[in-house]
Amino acid sequence: MKKATFSIRRGGRETAEMVDYQTEISEGMVVLDAVHQIQAESAPDLACRWNCKAGKCGSCSAEINGMPKLMCMTRLDTIPLDQPVTIEPIRAFPPIKDLIADVSWNYEVKKRIKKFKPRAPDAEDGTWRMSQEDVDRVQEFRKCIECFLCQDVCHVLRDHNKHEEFIGPRFLVYAAALEMHPLDTEDRTGDLKDMHGIGYCNITKCCTKVCPEHITITDNAIIPLKERVVDEYYDPLKRLVRLFRKK
Amino acid sequence: MTDYPTFEHDVIVIGAGGAGLRAAIEASGAGVSVGLICKSLLGKAHTVMAEGGMAAAMGHNDDRDNWKVHFSDTMRGGQYVNNWRMAELHAKEAPDRVRELESWGAVFDRTKDGRINQRNFGGHRYPRLAHVGDRTGLELIRTLQDHGIHQGIEVYMEVTVLSLLKDGDRVIGCLAYEREHGRFRIYKAKAVILATGGIGRAYKITSNSWEGTGDGHALAYDAGAELIDMEFIQFHPTGMVWPPSVRGILVTEGVRGEGGILRNSEGKRFMFDDIPDNYKDQTSDTEEEGWRYVTGDKNARRPPELLTRDHVARCIMREVKAGRGSPHGGVYLDIAWIKEKIKDAPEHIKKKLPSMYHQFKQLANLDITTTPMEVGPTTHYVMGGIRVNADTQESTVPGLFAAGECAAGINGANRLGGNSLSDLIVFGKRAGEHAAIFAKENGHGTLDNAAIEQAAKAALEPFERDGGENPYTIQHDLQEMMQANVGIVRQHDEMVEALNGLDALKSRAARTFVPGNIDFNPGWHTALDLHNLLVVSEAIARAAIERKESRGGHFREDFPGKDPEFAKFNYSLKKSEGGGMEISKIPIPEMPDYLKEVIEEMG
Ligand SMILES: Cc1cc2nc3c(=O)[nH]c(=O)nc-3n(C[C@H](O)[C@H](O)[C@H](O)COP(=O)(O)OP(=O)(O)OC[C@H]3O[C@@H](n4cnc5c(N)ncnc54)[C@H](O)[C@@H]3O)c2cc1C
Ligand code: SF4
Ligand code: SF4
Ligand code: FES
Repeated sequence: MKKATFSIRRGGRETAEMVDYQTEISEGMVVLDAVHQIQAESAPDLACRWNCKAGKCGSCSAEINGMPKLMCMTRLDTIPLDQPVTIEPIRAFPPIKDLIADVSWNYEVKKRIKKFKPRAPDAEDGTWRMSQEDVDRVQEFRKCIECFLCQDVCHVLRDHNKHEEFIGPRFLVYAAALEMHPLDTEDRTGDLKDMHGIGYCNITKCCTKVCPEHITITDNAIIPLKERVVDEYYDPLKRLVRLFRKK
Repeated sequence: MTDYPTFEHDVIVIGAGGAGLRAAIEASGAGVSVGLICKSLLGKAHTVMAEGGMAAAMGHNDDRDNWKVHFSDTMRGGQYVNNWRMAELHAKEAPDRVRELESWGAVFDRTKDGRINQRNFGGHRYPRLAHVGDRTGLELIRTLQDHGIHQGIEVYMEVTVLSLLKDGDRVIGCLAYEREHGRFRIYKAKAVILATGGIGRAYKITSNSWEGTGDGHALAYDAGAELIDMEFIQFHPTGMVWPPSVRGILVTEGVRGEGGILRNSEGKRFMFDDIPDNYKDQTSDTEEEGWRYVTGDKNARRPPELLTRDHVARCIMREVKAGRGSPHGGVYLDIAWIKEKIKDAPEHIKKKLPSMYHQFKQLANLDITTTPMEVGPTTHYVMGGIRVNADTQESTVPGLFAAGECAAGINGANRLGGNSLSDLIVFGKRAGEHAAIFAKENGHGTLDNAAIEQAAKAALEPFERDGGENPYTIQHDLQEMMQANVGIVRQHDEMVEALNGLDALKSRAARTFVPGNIDFNPGWHTALDLHNLLVVSEAIARAAIERKESRGGHFREDFPGKDPEFAKFNYSLKKSEGGGMEISKIPIPEMPDYLKEVIEEMG
């Protein structure tokens, strides 16, 4: 059987090194299989996250040869094996150990986004009516598996460390799903502008490119949200209305 | 004693899948303080993987549907050894629980008139599964998660519970360790809810993640609770079989609900060959009628591909054994054929089954809109679990509740697809409600420091040995053995051999060695999981040996028929005084007249 070498980040929060492991490759294997094989054969304490092994849970995000990907959906026959394959944790967040990053920040950010607030039920049976066309858009956003790969590539977080001011593409998608939900009555535009830092996004579309769920993050979620913010805050008429509303 | 950090809550929920989250929401809504513990990150529990949908008799797609039909379908599917009270509550309450999800922000697929759309699934007489494409579990878990985070629930992620703590008879908390630093913690609680999911990892071929090691089953058993129905394991008929690394990954029944058909290597639709008597008048006898059914014709009967899972899985095994299987030991599941029937079939398939499309495209290099898939049975779900009171979900140990897959009763000998997600929300809610009541009526117990010390010490042993067994190897050997000896087709001698094998594995598990330190160490975790896997495997084997008949998920080659004697009781397993596993029969109470009438009425 053919063997391949994997160069994997080993270490904790402070220090780490890249360690090479060799393992046998069989047909159809994905990167996560290789990591598991290495765990079972030579590095039982190698830490990595995974659950579904089918691209559904968003646990196994990593940087494979520097590319942010799901380990369970990256087939070995799609990457060159004549040189070591590097596997590292996603970099926009601090490493915990080996392939595991501390993504807890994301869970805190989500809490700051105002929750779903439906209008009162208006169908006779005490529920609502929504047509499929009305929910298509929101369903696209709700496909998100919270892999945080988009957060990982966004330069605002990755290079500029604006974690305090900017919620990142994942949570702009989340906010969009709430804002465009046919039943929702909450207004989040003010927060998006001030607290969530939507202005930091300069539409590079790097996030859209890595999304394993193929959510068109920038075009379908962020740009429409930006438009809402502009309409609400920079449209002279609306501004006037708001001025009066405040009083 | 060592000072472990101690956390105090009124209610501790162990497990953050659909059942645990729903329970936590309910309990905190009742005004008690709730701690929610899970092994992975929030939102990653097994529930996220569920595909096809959740069953609730809302009657949106066929107004003949109602709780009575759902109840009788569930009982028939479970071959009448279900806890009928649970089946009743489930059928009655599921619609409200689903609507409640919508009011919390869930966005289900819609019918033409704007209501929640419902799809066909095996064993359900009418289209009954509320769904979102083929990612319903994601919608469920995300809705509960996003609702729950605003409820003041304290979430402890990547924390693994090692044992339950007791004060006398009563459960008063648990000992756990947080994975990042490997440190022990104590959680004190007035009531504890187990919602730990399944046991699939006891088998080699499974749709379950690493989390499915039966922890809740073992925790409850060790604390003195009873496990019932452990012989009933659901082998889902359609798991992927190729390539080897994805063997076992689930292919949703939704494929068949949307018109997918099963063929053998001769191109024959073999499911028409063997239709069980009690499903004959509900099953179509021509391909043409079957197609009409999946396209919504109310007068058509369902195609045989949508018979119950136990039956379909065995038919597939039969074809493979008879040499009519596919190249990699499965059969063909074909959805591409619907292009003969509808325009835009490829687009339709991608829209209805997007994650199946991607799964095959990316993992198997196969386009399901043009090419049939290869599929075979995979260990999927455990009907058995912790014995609970149907109304309150309290186990036989005071202060200990259970809900979701780790609890038992509703499914009997076989679960209908879609009945798990609805089970999670119906009984998750009930568990939360009653645990909160229990917590209000009882104070905190007193910790037994010696017991805590002992459990903590035992957990650290794999580091203290100078070399020993690799835990991964033991896990692997256990899975091989359970697959071979207590799998889909069972036989007395093989199962007895399995029991002996389990003894040997037990002594090996007592000699594991793990290198490295206690920080986030999966090898250590695997070593600790072994105990749980061994407990559930033994329970499965012991109950399966005793049940000398075939029923639902339990099939005996040496007793291929159903025996009415065995319909009168459930097998229960309990830790004896001496520490061994004790099996006993629990008579199934007689069904009240109004439920008997429902069964008769529904035929
Ligand atoms: C691929 C797939 C598809 C499915 N599709 C459907 C479907 O379409 N419809 C349907 O009805 N059912 C379906 N099922 C079944 C259904 O998804 C599961 O039965 C259900 O999700 C189980 O939910 P749960 O809440 O009981 O547990 P889980 O979702 O399994 O969650 C268990 C939780 O317990 C935690 N836990 C476990 N042990 C410990 C411990 N020792 N310490 C701390 N925490 C612990 C875990 O971390 C996790 O958070 C499917 C299953 C699979 C695998
Ligand atoms: S488009 Fe915006 S959110 Fe996406 S990566 Fe670029 S800057 Fe970040
Ligand atoms: S939007 Fe896409 S890339 Fe970002 S977290 Fe969700 S699934 Fe991952
Ligand atoms: S393991 Fe779930 S996305 Fe990779």
